[in-house]
Amino acid sequence: MEVFIVNLIAATFRVSTPIVLAAIGETYSERAGILNLGIEGIMYFGAFVGFLIADKSGSLWVGLLFAILAGVLFGLLMGFFTVTLGVNQHVSGLGITLLLSGLTLFMFRLFYGGRSTPPSIPSFQVIKVLPDNPILGPILSQYWLTYVTFLVIVPLAWWILYRTNFGLKIRSVGENPEAVDAAGVSVPAIRYAALGIGGGLMAAGGAFLSLFQLGAFTHGIISGRGWVAIAIVIFGNWQPIRVMLGGLIFGGTFALQLRLQAMGLQLPVPYETFLALPYIVTIIALVIAGRNASYPAALLKPYRRE
Amino acid sequence: MKTIKIILIGILLVVLTAQCAPPAQTQPPTTGETQAPLFFGAFATPIEEPWDGVIHEALQKAANEGKIRYEYTDDIGYAGDMERVLREVAEKQKPAAIFGDAFGNEEAVRRVAKDYPEIAFVFGSGLGPAEPNVAVFDNWIHEPAYLCGLIAGGVTKTNVIGVVGGYPVPEVNRIVNAFIDGVKEVNPDAKVLVTFINSWFDPAAAKEAALAQVDAGADVLFAERFGVIDAAVEKGLLAFGNMSDQYELGPGHVLTGPVWNMTPTVEYVIKQVEGGTFTAQDLKDFSMVGKGGAYLAPFHGMESKIPENILALVKQRDEEIKGGLFRVDIKEEPPAPTN
Repeated sequence: MEVFIVNLIAATFRVSTPIVLAAIGETYSERAGILNLGIEGIMYFGAFVGFLIADKSGSLWVGLLFAILAGVLFGLLMGFFTVTLGVNQHVSGLGITLLLSGLTLFMFRLFYGGRSTPPSIPSFQVIKVLPDNPILGPILSQYWLTYVTFLVIVPLAWWILYRTNFGLKIRSVGENPEAVDAAGVSVPAIRYAALGIGGGLMAAGGAFLSLFQLGAFTHGIISGRGWVAIAIVIFGNWQPIRVMLGGLIFGGTFALQLRLQAMGLQLPVPYETFLALPYIVTIIALVIAGRNASYPAALLKPYRRE
Repeated sequence: MKTIKIILIGILLVVLTAQCAPPAQTQPPTTGETQAPLFFGAFATPIEEPWDGVIHEALQKAANEGKIRYEYTDDIGYAGDMERVLREVAEKQKPAAIFGDAFGNEEAVRRVAKDYPEIAFVFGSGLGPAEPNVAVFDNWIHEPAYLCGLIAGGVTKTNVIGVVGGYPVPEVNRIVNAFIDGVKEVNPDAKVLVTFINSWFDPAAAKEAALAQVDAGADVLFAERFGVIDAAVEKGLLAFGNMSDQYELGPGHVLTGPVWNMTPTVEYVIKQVEGGTFTAQDLKDFSMVGKGGAYLAPFHGMESKIPENILALVKQRDEEIKGGLFRVDIKEEPPAPTN
């Protein structure tokens, strides 16, 4: 039982990492008033660009860097549509996801077409902090990006949003852009910045799958993790720490259901019950947390000077 | 003014994504004389999906050999586009035969086929053939899957074996059940853990599922889906691939695996089409071991990891299956957890 729980906790952090990264990225965007539905496409493109550059350059680090840059770029493209042109955020976000899904598969064929198995490269290896400890050993045997996500990116997001002038501006353009503008701060600049940071984090989440967990790229590698991240941001009430908790709840139930299936129990319920568990838990959590949800007041609203 | 701008941007986006998003792609005729019959591939998934990939590869091979001209469209999906694509192809290209997968599009394929009786429709399908021109095939690699089970039962030390599959549909159940039969034949005490991830393509989830099985004691993994072999490599365990020779995904870890080969089916249909004798029939035999449509992937030197008596048994059974002296049971019900 002890081993079961230890392994479950270890898997929870691993499974949650890409979702938490993307959800924190989405938090930056939505705090600035932009719902970025390009998240699924940006994760997919990030997973591919990271893999491609890592494969061609021979360096996983260079691959990850380019993935993040690609994410920033498409975050800014989202900004061009929604901030500069002020078009509907749902349409531009879904448009970016569709565009990047097609572009990624197209580029995949260009570079890796005509294979019967997906291309693979040696991935980042896990870092074991306390290899001999029976409990902390397995839990603290994670990829470096998992440590960075939970120990740096999430606390940093909290600190930036709540303790810095820049974070105050992000939150303000999401609540009351007129006031920010009146104070002499450029609303578009802040929104672009938030979307750029958000896109970079989403792409890093995608690259976690291709460069860390698998060392391979296949189509469908993201499999809806971006949409889960959107739900988790709402669950987390746009607060980084709560968003992280939401990601851990989803990742934890996902890891748990795989372990329940692997126990080979003769249960009177079909295996789909286990598969549905993470989504049911997320929905229940949303329903409970959603009662107090306080959307950024300017979310979905393009800002135009009167 | 603003409304017009929004509408314009909206149209631009739609056009842009319509150009780029559906990766449906038609290839110009590759090789072959002009009189070679035109075969068309209509795939619901991208050809990177292993199932459709096997069909695509066999057709491409026939085209490279000059036996047919070949064009294809892929990623048609399950949202109603199959019928439109098939009608367009039938009207404009007038191919001699259309290959594809009808799973999820069964009615559409049959509706179109009825209107074009001069075209041979050869589709992977869960239903039977339909007169006059719908022939069906499916993947029937349960025989090599059974051989893999024999090996798995022989090499496991913990007596726990993990299987990760996509969905418990008949085609997958046949493979998994035959694998379990093989395991039980040589090692009745072994326990086979079966996990489904309810996705054809989520390698990260498949890997997690496999790691969960390893945590539960599994030391040999059957990778019905991509991602599982990564888990075997990471944990230093042995694994089986599926559908194609997947040794390169885990050199030193992948023992072998059932392989599906569509070439016998394609060759047979080419002969029929050329002879004008094409009939609606179930082409299942051409996807089984007897006619070379299924086989065990090469060992790539991994025989050394398999006990000799097991290897001898596998070779003996393989010969018996080829000669029609041994029959692997076809069980299509979802595999029960076995203890």
